Amino acid sequence: MVEVAVIGMGYSGFSPSTPHLSFREMVYEAAKRAYIDAGDIDPRRDIDAFVSCQEDFWEGVSISDEFAPEQIGGVLKPVYTVAGDGLQCIASAVAMIKSGAFDVVAVEAHGKPSEISTLSDIVRFSFDPIYVRPLDLASIHALQAIEARAFMDSFNISKEALGLYVVMSRRNGLRSSRASHASEIDLDTYMKSDMVSDPLSEHDIAPFSDAAIVAVLASDTVARGYSDDLVWVRGVGFASDIYTYVFRDLSIDRSARIAADKAYKMAGIDSPKSLRNLVVELDERYSYKALQTLISIGLAGPDIARDLESGVFNRSGAIPVNPGGGALSEGVPLEAHGLARLLSGYEQLKGRAGSAQIDDAENAIIHGWRGFATATSSIVVLSR
Amino acid sequence: MGMFRLRGGTSLSDREFREIVKESSEPRARYSMTAGQAYSRFFEGLKNGVILGTVCDSCGMVFIPPKIYCPYCFRSVSRWVESSGEGKVFTAVASYISADVKPLDKPEIVAVIKLDVPGYRFDNYRFPGIMHRICNASDEDVKTQRIFDARVRARWLPKEKRTGSINDIECFEVV
Repeated sequence: MVEVAVIGMGYSGFSPSTPHLSFREMVYEAAKRAYIDAGDIDPRRDIDAFVSCQEDFWEGVSISDEFAPEQIGGVLKPVYTVAGDGLQCIASAVAMIKSGAFDVVAVEAHGKPSEISTLSDIVRFSFDPIYVRPLDLASIHALQAIEARAFMDSFNISKEALGLYVVMSRRNGLRSSRASHASEIDLDTYMKSDMVSDPLSEHDIAPFSDAAIVAVLASDTVARGYSDDLVWVRGVGFASDIYTYVFRDLSIDRSARIAADKAYKMAGIDSPKSLRNLVVELDERYSYKALQTLISIGLAGPDIARDLESGVFNRSGAIPVNPGGGALSEGVPLEAHGLARLLSGYEQLKGRAGSAQIDDAENAIIHGWRGFATATSSIVVLSR
Repeated sequence: MGMFRLRGGTSLSDREFREIVKESSEPRARYSMTAGQAYSRFFEGLKNGVILGTVCDSCGMVFIPPKIYCPYCFRSVSRWVESSGEGKVFTAVASYISADVKPLDKPEIVAVIKLDVPGYRFDNYRFPGIMHRICNASDEDVKTQRIFDARVRARWLPKEKRTGSINDIECFEVV
């Protein structure tokens, strides 16, 4: 069976705005760095196919697939676009390599939310046009707040518990050069912050940022030729739940649960908690989502609030979560966010996470979600 | 209504179709996109009445509009060159109907122009070029293919009217 490794990653941006570079130039910069990281490969010669994760309404260009090839070295080569989070592209790339049809596949995702003048309206446009959009909800965060409340009620989770997570993750972000929104806040400040859509206050909701990220994946045969210090993709899974809120379980995220089950099975993992020297990189663009995900993917039980208090998810805990910060500190570069988590996990396993490094990190569970009102999740398990 | 008839079923009138629609909405989608390093300099050039491009020193390709990388060699490019503002028509079309399906008073002639860059030669596959209107050609010139290979030159807006847009070139005119 073909095994798949991540042989290189690169990025550009991670700032609230990037007026000095077009999206193409940003992606080029990220790709160039990824290809150098992969052992100075020449994409025109060494990369067999490319997958790009983007969404037309975020791009402001219809059929934006056609804009994907040139800045990643994919002109006149197989390139296709997945309208989804970057981790869904990783799943595609793994399948392509495992099929035996391709040895080296590059994955690209980018987001320039600073260039979307009517971002809230674009988000609203993703709501069900018949049942939800006509409600013209005042806050786009209301849909996530509904899920947050249902989750918190199911597991008896207090606002303080969300606060403990936010305080931890925002502080972790101070260790990352990509986390331009990181700051140290205390629980008291958190509890007094203005509500956006109860139970979510401004500190529970991640800001946006512009970024482009590229990853290079390769079959074991080829990968071993590039390096003997490889990061392996041991498992991948993704799933989408039904879109309509009333038909969905709002307490746990079943799409994340199924994605995790598939990824763990592929990786031959019985219990994810038993993975040695584990780091977890997950989507925390809403604070509650991080806690909901930890339960959904089997890294916490109903007593998650106690785990938070005892520091299980801290940098020094048994299961460090977003040890260099996540969306709350970095901002969300739209569909590139899943790759931002992958990048942080990749750096941890390579021992290149700088002051965010967790000693001896050996395994990483990476989680991706498509954001606002969606029920699509992906899980990737990495090992070194 | 109806250019062909299906057997069975009940045909619906336009009015009936409209009555079925329950919700309508339109996207409020506005973007303000960064031109980036290459296009920014290109548009600055247009303001000053010059058409700029970049050169890949590896394959010799000149990019107009410019790029800061060569998509074919996948390397950074940073050397800038200037087109003479002249070139020849590579291909052209005459359009008779507007985007909202109204007959045009005068056919619009649109061409891909292969631009001259002094000191460089290009084949007919990859070349520096621009798509623009041709203002002193007729649809007859297109239909007879007389326009093909015709020498053309950029006609610029007066300097004070230029904004750093592709429309700073009013059109190209046959020399």
